[in-house]
Amino acid sequence: MENKKSWKEIPIGGKIIEAGNAAKYNTGSWRTFRPEKNDKKCINCLFCWIYCPDSSIKVEDDKMAGFDYEHCKGCGICASICPVKCIDMKKEIQ
Amino acid sequence: MTKKNLIPFTGDQAVAYAMKQIDPDVVAAYPITPQTEIVMNFSNYVANGQVSTEMIPVESEHSAMSACVGAAAAGARTMTATSANGLALMWEIVYIAASTRLPIVMPVVNRALSGPINIHCDHSDTMGCRDSGWIHIYCENAQEVYENTILAIRIAEHKKILLPVMVCQDGFITSHAVEGLELFDDKKVKDFIGEYKIENPLLDVDHPVTYGPLDLQDYYFEHKRQQGEAMKAALTAIPEVLKKFEKTFGRKYDFIETYKLDDAEIAIVAMSSTAGTVKFVVDELRQKGVKAGLLRPRIFRPFPKEKLITALKNVKAVAVLDRSESFSAEGGPLYTDIKAALYDSGIRPLISNYIYGLGGRDIFPADINKVYVDLQDILKTGKVKTPLNYLGSRE
Repeated sequence: MENKKSWKEIPIGGKIIEAGNAAKYNTGSWRTFRPEKNDKKCINCLFCWIYCPDSSIKVEDDKMAGFDYEHCKGCGICASICPVKCIDMKKEIQ
Repeated sequence: MTKKNLIPFTGDQAVAYAMKQIDPDVVAAYPITPQTEIVMNFSNYVANGQVSTEMIPVESEHSAMSACVGAAAAGARTMTATSANGLALMWEIVYIAASTRLPIVMPVVNRALSGPINIHCDHSDTMGCRDSGWIHIYCENAQEVYENTILAIRIAEHKKILLPVMVCQDGFITSHAVEGLELFDDKKVKDFIGEYKIENPLLDVDHPVTYGPLDLQDYYFEHKRQQGEAMKAALTAIPEVLKKFEKTFGRKYDFIETYKLDDAEIAIVAMSSTAGTVKFVVDELRQKGVKAGLLRPRIFRPFPKEKLITALKNVKAVAVLDRSESFSAEGGPLYTDIKAALYDSGIRPLISNYIYGLGGRDIFPADINKVYVDLQDILKTGKVKTPLNYLGSRE
């Protein structure tokens, strides 16, 4: 909690006055299962990118390029929707 | 002597007229006895084009307060009004309005909360939400209701405060009785309330802002702390507003009112319309040489502790009248608050509590006189035999 702001430094009423600052909120620690990709099976259909509720699928050159583990909450929707079942949900090891 | 131009108004009409002069951007309200005439009269002003208010006739009080929260966050000066079970139905959003720091002003016509169902006056409705983070003002008569409604706008919107305000009047006793009112000029009211401007309104699309996000262990506590600090700041900011009010309208108000209290040995603490009856009895007792006085808190939240202590410092025996039962088995809310305030001060008058007038049970001068007789007895014996009494309840 050391780097968090005091009551004097934050906007009143719980308002968020900076647009798009959700990216600064690290939700990756909520994860129990982490998605992992089997590159050999992936057909880069990007269904995972469309369905991911947390915008945590990285895309480079129109290709599925991995996961944003800072924000992925491990919901498993990508693994469920993948037509070639190339995403496995693996238990996080603490 | 200047001739007064008095207009016959009930307490409810007084509120509606004040709202007409305030001309809020949005009013979302649902009618409920004994507040109905506020909504009814104000709707007439809307229908007649006498105000520019967007009136939202909602389907329940929960929706009324929800619409008020949305409107206030959008950047609109917003008002509503309610009573008793209506306030109870708003409950969830009443807290959200305060914690979102939206300066909504809500006249409340005090009425007993069910059950058993009852439509008459007591303070159980607003006392139940004394911890909701709203500022609470209690009015003695229709004149004060009118003036406090206008005053409340500036208090709520004060930059150091930014909290919603309830303006409470006694159901039927004040809300439906006709009094002669002195009304202010429209222009003076407009000048006093000024323009409504809040920081970060939702409708400022160039600067997007989020209202009401999830707030967990890391920041919720800080936001609650801010609310607590705002209530403390209100103790010093409200006098600024009162001063401006006096300058504009020539009316001097304080957090409390005292009546013949300076040299009083015995005193009653009472809020709202009952204070008028107490003044009548004090006058009678003074003629008989009894040193009786009255202390009337006008602003109950924030709790004006220092003012109350100073006012009571020479009084030897005090009776606190509560028009609601808090079921703590220790007395009503005003009583326990006043006792707690005195504890730190070291001023310890003999103190007792009288719960009275529940469900609109009339309080007569004879009832008040009985309390002063008890106080004289307490003064003589130096003992409070029964700290908790039920005044006017059949034994």
